[in-house]
Formats: sequence, structure tokens, C-alpha cells
Amino acid sequence: MIQRLLSNIQRKLAALGAKGVEFVCYMGSIAIFMGDIAYALVHPPFRIRETIRQTAQIGANSIPIVSLISLFVGIVIALQSAYQMQKMSAEMYIASLVALSMIRELGPVLTALVVAGRSGAAITAEIGTMKVTEQIDALETLATNPINYLVVPRFWALLVSVVVLTVYADFISMVGGYIVGVHKLHISHHMYVKMTFDPLAQSDLRNGLYKSVVFAIIICVISCFEGMRAEEGAEGVGKATTSSVVRSFILIIAADCLLTALMYFIGR
Amino acid sequence: MIEIINLCKNFGKKEVLKNLNLTIKSGETTVIIGRSGCGKSVLLKHIIGILKPDSGQVLIDGKDISKMYGKELNDIRMKFGMLFQGAALFDSLTVWENVAFGMIEHTATQKDAMLARVRECLGLVGLGGIENLKPAELSGGMKKRVGLARAISMKPEIVLYDEPTTGVDPIMGDAINDLIKELHDKLKVTSIAVTHDMKSAYKIANRIAMLYEGKIIEIGTPQEIKSTKNPVVKQFIHGEAEGPIAKDH
Ligand SMILES: Nc1ncnc2c1ncn2[C@@H]1O[C@H](COP(=O)(O)OP(=O)(O)O)[C@@H](O)[C@H]1O
Ligand SMILES: [Mg+2]
Repeated sequence: MIQRLLSNIQRKLAALGAKGVEFVCYMGSIAIFMGDIAYALVHPPFRIRETIRQTAQIGANSIPIVSLISLFVGIVIALQSAYQMQKMSAEMYIASLVALSMIRELGPVLTALVVAGRSGAAITAEIGTMKVTEQIDALETLATNPINYLVVPRFWALLVSVVVLTVYADFISMVGGYIVGVHKLHISHHMYVKMTFDPLAQSDLRNGLYKSVVFAIIICVISCFEGMRAEEGAEGVGKATTSSVVRSFILIIAADCLLTALMYFIGR
Repeated sequence: MIEIINLCKNFGKKEVLKNLNLTIKSGETTVIIGRSGCGKSVLLKHIIGILKPDSGQVLIDGKDISKMYGKELNDIRMKFGMLFQGAALFDSLTVWENVAFGMIEHTATQKDAMLARVRECLGLVGLGGIENLKPAELSGGMKKRVGLARAISMKPEIVLYDEPTTGVDPIMGDAINDLIKELHDKLKVTSIAVTHDMKSAYKIANRIAMLYEGKIIEIGTPQEIKSTKNPVVKQFIHGEAEGPIAKDH
């Protein structure tokens, strides 16, 4: 009885250990991959046309859904806070609340999640398909570094897209808040705009954009890495795409937590 | 000269190449035969350095390609052309961009000159007027031929062909055999072709090597292979179901 329990525990621990080893190996491969990207970033050829093409594609892909989500989130924050603020006749602070929570937190996170789900998945599927159909091998035989050819243009494209889309999402959510504030709660136009921009410090916008940059790097590294190690067949590409999205999501949220804590302690 | 010395490669627990030795002389066409899944493609990928051996050496003119990185590796790869088993054309590029890929990446050739070279290479594999199509619009056999045009477009010294005639109709297959022979006769290209098409092997080969259970078990001229005493080779070249080679693999 006790023996069985012990051997059971032993098995569980061994499985846990194997998972741990796997995790450490994964992080190690990611670190090596990031080193390769860093090397390729500063070494020619610099593929400017491909970078612009990727930027347009990733940006265009995500604009509709970023617009929709940030508009709704702006409206929701305004309505939810109105419920409390009205009790204290402090409705005008709704404008500040929408602006601050979006710029510092929700804008970067929501945008990154949308881009990871939309463009990150597409990148993994594309690179994964290239991997399993030996196109990545073919690049190498043609003396072309796959990281330079495939990853670097997507890196810059994601960086630019995520940062620009974040600023755009911040703005659209303020429009959402404005609609609620001015048309439903009858705050004056002038007051709403003033209360939106008055409490904003430069550091708020800056910290939000720092987050965006980190999130963009996460999306690029994970989506390209997962694509490059996709296994044989359409099934392999599907699996890679799923784990790309899941891992990006987890890492974005984890990084957000870490960065918010860092900025809280350092920023003051 | 290409010398492969004691090459070993495992994928997980699966031993694919076990102490393989093979020497390929410059200017010769060597055909590697062997059953599906015996590691022929894996061997080709070691020769061009896409796969790294677990142990052993792959010497290209005396230098071990498996120990090369970065620029040195890319420089040596410029000497190679490779036709992949599944063609491995770039989906996002047109046919002409695929064939001209090496020129676009590594030379400053004018577009007109590149197009001319692309047409020439496509002509050699019996294709024309498809420069602006995407690979998705081509049949399997056409993809293979475009892959072949891409492999030879940079005038390589060594060409690796992975099943050049598989999936191509017999007439076109014979034209590809002629092309490989012509590259050998006129341009003194070193060719390594993997195939299980024995007709093609006899036609193009200076030497035929048989890969079996991770080793080269026999190597010789087509004549020597035809009159072999080795029961495994005999069974394979005559395509017999009964014999020493296990059916389940
Ligand atoms: N990248 C890889 N990862 C794992 N196994 C592989 C890989 N490449 C090839 N193999 C295995 O090695 C064996 C030989 O494959 P291959 O060289 O493609 O055979 P063939 O002789 O038909 O070309 C096969 O069993 C295959 O499953
Ligand atoms: Mg093969």
C-alpha cells in the first residue's frame, strides 16, 4: 500500500522532472535562436522591400480586429466605471480612467494578443509549411541564411506594426469612451477631452510603448521558432501553429506582469 | 573529390546511417540506389551540410563541410546545386524568381540577363512560357523540372539530384537523364543522383552504389552491378519480392 503510493509519487516526480528538463531545453533553444536573430539583424543583406511588404501585411491584417476590440473595450471601461463614478458624481474622471488604463496596460496587451493570434499564427503556418516542404533546406543550399531571409523582415514588421497599432488602439478606445461619456453621460466635449489628456504623463505613453516593443519581440521569436521546428506533414504545421499562439499568449501576459512590476518599483 | 568517412546519423533511437563510407570522384556521375526510407535523402543532405553527422566526416576537396559555419559554408555551397525530392520550390515566389534565386541573392546581374538565363535553364528541362506562374499552378512533374532548372542555374560544379525522374512521365524522365549526361559530358559536373529507377541509373551512372541498412554494401560500374553476386543487390536491381531484403521496413 505505502509502497505503491511511494512508487506512484516517484513516477509523478520523474514526469515532473522530465517536463522541467524539457522546459529548460526549450528556453535554451529560444535563447540560441534569439542570438541568431540578433546576429542576422546587424548583418547584410538588409531586405527593405520584403520588410515593407511584411509590415503592410501584418498591419493590414490586424487593423479591423484591433479597431473593433479597442472600441468595445473603451465603451466597456467607460460604462463599468460610470456605474461607480455616478454614485460620487465624478463622471468626468471616466475620461482619465479610459485613457490611463488603455495607454498603460490594455492597449499594449490587447494589441499584442490580437497580433499574436492573427499574424503570429500566420507566420508560424507559413514558415512551418516551408520547413516541412524542405523550402528552408533549399534556402540553405542556395547559400541564403533562413533567419536573415525569413525572420529579420518579420521582426521589423512586427515591431513597427505592434507599436503603431498600440497607439492606434489607445486612440480608438478613447473614442469609445468619448461616445459613452459625451452622448450617454452628458459630459461636455471640452471637459472630456481635457480630462483625457490632463492626467497623462509622458512616462505613461513611454512605458506602454516599451511593453509593446517587448511583446513584438516575443511574438516574432515564438512564431518564427515554432514554425522552424514544425514536424513533418500538415498535422505538424497545425500543432506548431497552436503552440505558437498559446505560448505567445502566456509569455505576453507573463512579461506584462513582470514589466508592470518593474515599472512600478523603478518608475517612482 | 567527395569523401564520406565513417558517417553515422541517428534520429532519436532510429539509426539511419551507420559507419557509411563512400568516395566520389570529381567529374563522375555516381548513382545511389536503395529502398525507400533507407536514408538516401539523409545522405545527400549530409553531403551539402544541411544535416550534421553524429560522428564521421564529409570531406569536400579535403575540407569537412560538417565543421563549417557562416560564410565559409555559404561559399562552398555556391559550388553546389541541389534538386530536392519534392522540388522544394518557394511558394511565395514566381517560377522565374525561383530559378533566378541564386543570381538575385548572390550576384548583381541585370534583370534582362537573369531572365535570359532563366529561359535557357527552363529550356534545358523542356519548359517555356511559365516564368510568371506560381509553383502552386504547376503539376508535380513540372515542379520537379523547375527545381532542376534552379539547381543548375548558377552553373554548379557539383549537382545533387534526389530522385530526378520520380513523378515525371517516362519521356520527360529520359530527357532528364540526357540532361544529366550532358552536364557530365560537356561541363564535367560531379553528379550524385539518388534513384530507384534502375533504367535511369544504368543510363547516367559511371558508378552505382547501393545503400542498405545504413551502409554502402556494394559499389561498381553499371556492368559490375548488373553481374553482381551479392543477393541483396541482385534482389533490388531485379525488383523481386522474394529474397534477403525484409519486406516490412
Ligand atoms: N529530419 C528528420 N527527423 C527524423 N527522422 C528523419 C528525418 N529525416 C529523415 N528521417 C528518417 O530517416 C529515414 C531515412 O529517410 P530518407 O533519407 O528520407 O529516406 P529515402 O532513402 O527514402 O530518401 C526515414 O526513416 C525517415 O523517417
Ligand atoms: Mg528520399
